[in-house]
Order: sequence, then C-alpha cells, then structure tokens
Amino acid sequence: MTITATLAGRGRISPSRARLAKYLRHATGVAVFILAWELAGRTGLISWLPAASTSLARVAQLAADPAFLADLASTLTAAAVGLPLAVLVAVPVGLLLGTVPVVEEMTRAIVEFLRPIPSVALIPLAMFFFQPEINAKVALIVYAASWPILINTLYGVRDVDPVATETLRSFGFGPGAVIWRVSLPSAAPFIFTGVRLAASITLILAISVEYVVGGAGGIGAFLIQASTGIGADAMVDVIATLVWAGLVGLVVNTLLLRAERRLFRWRHA
Amino acid sequence: MLEIDNLTHVYGPGSPNEHRAIDGLKLSVAEGELLCIVGPSGCGKSTLLRSIAGLITPTGGEIRVEGKLVRQTPDNLAVVFQDYSRSLFPWMSVADNVALPLRRRDMDKRARREAAQEALESVGLLGAAEKYPFQLSGGMQQRVAIARALAYRPTLMLMDEPFGSVDAQTREDLEDLVLKVRGHHRMTIVLITHDIDESVYVGDRVVVLSKAPSHVVGDLRVDLPGPRDQITTREHPDFVRLRAEVGRLVRGVDVATPA
Repeated sequence: MTITATLAGRGRISPSRARLAKYLRHATGVAVFILAWELAGRTGLISWLPAASTSLARVAQLAADPAFLADLASTLTAAAVGLPLAVLVAVPVGLLLGTVPVVEEMTRAIVEFLRPIPSVALIPLAMFFFQPEINAKVALIVYAASWPILINTLYGVRDVDPVATETLRSFGFGPGAVIWRVSLPSAAPFIFTGVRLAASITLILAISVEYVVGGAGGIGAFLIQASTGIGADAMVDVIATLVWAGLVGLVVNTLLLRAERRLFRWRHA
Repeated sequence: MLEIDNLTHVYGPGSPNEHRAIDGLKLSVAEGELLCIVGPSGCGKSTLLRSIAGLITPTGGEIRVEGKLVRQTPDNLAVVFQDYSRSLFPWMSVADNVALPLRRRDMDKRARREAAQEALESVGLLGAAEKYPFQLSGGMQQRVAIARALAYRPTLMLMDEPFGSVDAQTREDLEDLVLKVRGHHRMTIVLITHDIDESVYVGDRVVVLSKAPSHVVGDLRVDLPGPRDQITTREHPDFVRLRAEVGRLVRGVDVATPA
C-alpha cells in the first residue's frame, strides 16, 4: 500500500515497477496453470495425470538422481557439440550462397528439396553411416541445426546495405575484406537469431534420436525406461523428465536472447 | 591530379530500359583544387563519382588519377557519401569506424588509434570517440564520416552530396568544416551537390553538368575573397553574380559564355 501511495504521489510508473508488474503477470499465469494441473490430477478429472505437486517433487528428486543426471549430461553434450559444428558448417556456406548468386541459383533446387525432409526421418540413414550412436546423434543435430543458421546467414548477407560495402570498397578493400568486415558483422544479428532457433532444434533432435535408438543414453533413453515402468510412477517419471526438457530449453533460449540483446545493442537505435 | 576524358556510361546497354547517364564528359581537376559539381537531379553526378572511385566501370572513356588509369579504386582516395547513416558501420564505435580504413595503410594498431583521435579532434568530435553511430545526431554522424576520410589522408577526397540530409544550420557548419580541414590537409576535393549556393560558397571552381546523358555545360572559376564567411561571402556581389550564372546554367538557360 505504501508503495502505491508513493508512486501515486510521483504521478508516474517507474521502469523497475513496470518490470515488477510484468514479472507478476508472468508468475500469475504459471501459478494458475500449476493450480489447474494440480486440480485436474487430484480430482481425477484427467485420470492418468499425476498431480502437479507429485510431478514437481519428482522433478526436484531427479536433480539428485545420478542416472538421470548422466542422461541429461549426455543429451546436453551432444547438443553442445552439435550446435557449434552446425555454425561452422552453415555460416561459411550461407556466406558463399549469399555473396555468389550463381552458386545460390545452382544449389537452390537441392536446398529446397532437402529442407522440408523431417530430420527425424533421417535417423536410419544416420545410424547406418555414423557409428557409434553418439556420432549419429551429433551428425543429425548438425544437419538439422544447420538449416536455420544457413538460411538466416543467406538472407542476412543479402540484406547488407550496398552503401556500407561501397564505403569499404572505396577505401580500396577487396572482396574478402568486404565479406569479413561488412557482410559478416552486418548479418550477425540474423545469424544469431538462426543460432537461437537452431539451439531448440538440437534438443529436439538429440532427444528424438535417443528415444528412437534407445540404449544410447540421454534424456530420450531415460524417457523410454521411465515409460516402460509400471503404473502411476512411470507417468510421474515421464512428466518430470518432460519438465526438465522444457526447463533446459527455456534456460538456453533465455540466455541466448540476453546475449543477443547485449551483442546487438547497436541495432536498436 | 584528375583527368576525365570522354567519359561515357550507359546502364543496361542494349536492354529496353537502357539509360545513358553520362555522354562524352571531359573534365580536369588541378592538384589542391576544390571543385564543386552541380547539375539537375538525376544528371549522373553520382555515376560520375562512382566511376572516379572505381566502384563502377564506365562503358567508355578514361579516368586518370595522379596520372594512373582508374581500373579499381585508386590508392589515396576517400569518399564521403550522402547517406552517413548507412555508410558508417553501426556495429563499431566512432573511433573504430574512423580507424578501420587505416588498415590499408602501413600502420600498427596504436598508430591507427592515434590518427583516428586526431581526425576526430579536427572535426570537433573527440568526446564521441567511444560512442556508437546511433547515439549521434545526423550532423555528428556526417562529421564522423568526414573524419574517417581525413584520417585516411587521401590526396583526393570525393564527396557525394555530403550535406544533403542535414538541417540548414548543420549544413552551414559542415560547409565551413570542409573549408577548414582543407586548409590543414593538402588535398584535392571534388564535391557533388545539387545546391547552387553551396557550390559557389565552398568551391574554387564550379562545373555544371547537363541533364542525362550528362556532359559539362559550364565551368566557372570562383574568385571570392577568403576566408569565406557564411554572411559576408554570401552578400558579396561576385557571389550573387556567380550563383545566378550557375543557376541559369543548371536550368539550361543560355548565358553569354565567356569564351
């Protein structure tokens, strides 16, 4: 009450107060969701659904479960290896396609053919070519995560302001320097957005491969084991694992969004 | 310093929307001269400038800078574009923007930094060195672009309507800035403008181009007492006479040309 009074006296809402209000709204939404979940579970409205309290307690327990942590580490490792590799593959290719129109035209048909193929459908192929399974997992992650990075690099580079490139050229810089010093930094915000999209794809692919292949460790393998258990406990394990997967995705995305805002402050003039 | 002989440029030759921008243009600029080029809008002024800078290859004729045929961007040349907001690199600080072209010079990092500071000081922006372009006003951004050109120590500076996008007051300040820095650095300046008053105020010589396909229709020496001053120069009888003369040439009205 006192806070409201002081603010009313000042006659306008401070930014920190506005932020607090925003967080409060977010928290309210989450609280309502959890409450509905709890009720749906407890009242038996959704018969198979374990209550929120039971599930979330299990989420906390998993944090101290060595078997789960090993699987989590395995999934995150695959994603953490795959994403930088995807950047290393996709950014140079995107730069090439974006700066040399002939190459882009020559490859367009192949790109448009390959892009819509669901990466999950490539699991058998990947298992055939890449052994052991961890290699297949990383290979698929690199493949799937490369697309958004490639496409964003391509469009980012095409979008580079010709005045900027001409400026550098007018000081006698060659094509290589123009790409390195103008095209790349100018496209960087696009590329980064592609990386952020790719990050969520790495998780999807890692868990899919683990789930389909099984035995290879990872959250996906943990899910298989959990779901082959008996009765309500199995469902609690499955849901707790899903919550973990969601949390990991949320944290990664938030960190990348923050980094994006920091790195590309110059864009928001 | 700069010799342009029979320059011709046709965009999209042979295509249905073929455009002849420049036709048989001849021009010669002496060392240390400040030449203003004026002409009606769309007369191929920018095409001319881009050809001199080696950014495009003209379809005909020859350009020589310091005796050397222009095939690619000449050494010791700097360009200041009209669109400062697009020509500065937004991801770099002001100091880094100014220092970047110096990588083409045989200078280590420290020397580049010092040269950048010095150039920023000469345009009165030393305090903004660590800022980013978006944090500066339009006039300040164009000062940075000028500082970047100055730091490079070009022998030939090309300016493409450099004050076309700033307000009147800033424009006068920038005109005087060009006159000032030109006194300190020995260089040849070619300034393209569509502003007749500006061409007479700033230039030692004003060349008037015709509509596209453009060629030279007038070439006037500006003998105004220096140093130039925004008030007194502009009320000087010679200034008034010259701007009328340039104005008539731009409009395509024939005047008795002093043979």
